[in-house]
Amino acid sequence: MELMVAGLTVRFGAVAALDRVDLHVASGERRALIGPNGAGKTTLLNVIAGELRPAAGSVQIGQRDATSLPPWRRARLGLGRTFQRSTLFGQLTVAENVALAVRARVHGAWRFWPGRDRSVNDEVGRRLDAAGLAHVARRRAATLGHGEQRILELELALTAAPTALLLDEPMAGLSGAERQAALSRLLALPRDVTLVIVEHDLDAVFALAERISVLDHGVKIADGEPAAVRADPRVQEAYLGVR
Amino acid sequence: MIQGRIPYRSVLLVLFAIALGSIPLWAPRFWIYIATQALIFAIFAMSLDLLVGYAGLPSFGHAAFYGVGAYACALLALGHVDGLVPLLLAGAIIAGLAALPIGALSLRTSGIYFLMLTLAFAQMLWGLAVNWTSLTRGTDGLIGIPRPTFPGLDALNITLYDRGPFFILCLLIAIAVFVFLEALARSPFGKTLEGIRENDRRMRALGFPTFRYRLAAFVAAGAVAGISGALAAMANGFATPDLLYWTVSGMGLIAVVVGGSRSFVGPLLGAFVVLVAQLGLSTYLDRWELVLGALFIVFVLFLPRGLVGLVRRA
Repeated sequence: MELMVAGLTVRFGAVAALDRVDLHVASGERRALIGPNGAGKTTLLNVIAGELRPAAGSVQIGQRDATSLPPWRRARLGLGRTFQRSTLFGQLTVAENVALAVRARVHGAWRFWPGRDRSVNDEVGRRLDAAGLAHVARRRAATLGHGEQRILELELALTAAPTALLLDEPMAGLSGAERQAALSRLLALPRDVTLVIVEHDLDAVFALAERISVLDHGVKIADGEPAAVRADPRVQEAYLGVR
Repeated sequence: MIQGRIPYRSVLLVLFAIALGSIPLWAPRFWIYIATQALIFAIFAMSLDLLVGYAGLPSFGHAAFYGVGAYACALLALGHVDGLVPLLLAGAIIAGLAALPIGALSLRTSGIYFLMLTLAFAQMLWGLAVNWTSLTRGTDGLIGIPRPTFPGLDALNITLYDRGPFFILCLLIAIAVFVFLEALARSPFGKTLEGIRENDRRMRALGFPTFRYRLAAFVAAGAVAGISGALAAMANGFATPDLLYWTVSGMGLIAVVVGGSRSFVGPLLGAFVVLVAQLGLSTYLDRWELVLGALFIVFVLFLPRGLVGLVRRA
């Protein structure tokens, strides 16, 4: 699913967190969003996901103008996301966490009586196996270690089977092995899933991304193929620094 | 049922229900009265726990729906509606209708603001009950509410004016409410409420319209509270503005906290503790509220999971 933002401006008080940002991510494209801390990367994801209303500009998800849609409607259009700080259901078990994400997709939560949901349970089992979380299925999410929480965070977003996925630093704080596992999980996504990834781990960025956009102080300063972006003098100055 | 494992909880609950059901056979009249009041209060507390425990919504205005249910039942009963089922349904539906706009406005906030708004709405309804004298007769209240009839009871020579049969009626309705709420809590809807309690932001990001789910829970809890209010009107034979006063909401919260939220056994036990404290201690102590208050503080500080948590730990 295609994502398009045009002329996006967000102000926090006098500060322009985003200043007339345009971004077009084609269907199935893998796009990385990089830039120094405070560049506006997370803000941009929040605007696309609908948590922040822009002061100006528009957001288009697929063929639809989504500028005034609430987050849950954008999710129903096929937009998924992960959060920079793990946003889980702390007091529920890992399996219950994933079950909620399964139900989000099948819209089967307006049912007021219990019952065996074999298809939901089966999928939860498969998902936990694939994510390597089966051994902690009955633990409360809040008791997991940081690495496992990040993996669950990613799994919740993947379970909803999004056609466009916003990832906010999915690798942050992961060990080398965990990074590899998360990366291969992302590389294994169907090719038609659009990805927008904010990440400081440049190895992961260059392994995943086909195109890179660079933000600095709320302004998009570069946009293009990884090699071209790497060579761009403005990018080197703003972000890659002296290399 | 899981094979090879005795469902202790269910067995205990059935034994508890049987023990309660035998009360009219052996207990003194005053005890039957206390147990009846406790059951009615337990229905109220269980409905409040759907909000407090499951949906994570600390309502401090739940008495509004208790009172609306009681007045709805009282006005109809005085208007010559005498069927049990229509009276209870009216209590539930009218309380649920009252919960709809109050929930729609209060649920735009959360936490302490939600608590204050629900309190404010309940106090507004209390003020309405005091001042709308042509309908409610103000602080005098509606008196002389007849007990309802139920098809077939006359033939058995049973009347709900007797303490025993009325107590059994309250017990059966409490069991039905318990089973209904347990089923609701275990359903996909109930799990969704828990997800919203744990992380509203994530639920919205997954595509759940969380406001609608919260509002549905608020209306359902209000409707069940309306049933308890209707029963209270029948039991007491009167309905006064006191039913809507904030202290009723407070007592409900104490029952939920002392008994333990996030299970419906908790508020059930909590309601009995609070009622026995209220009606039992007040016979011997002038300042029984002091004891109840101290109990509440002890539970909040040392036993946040309530009586149920105490049993689970043992």
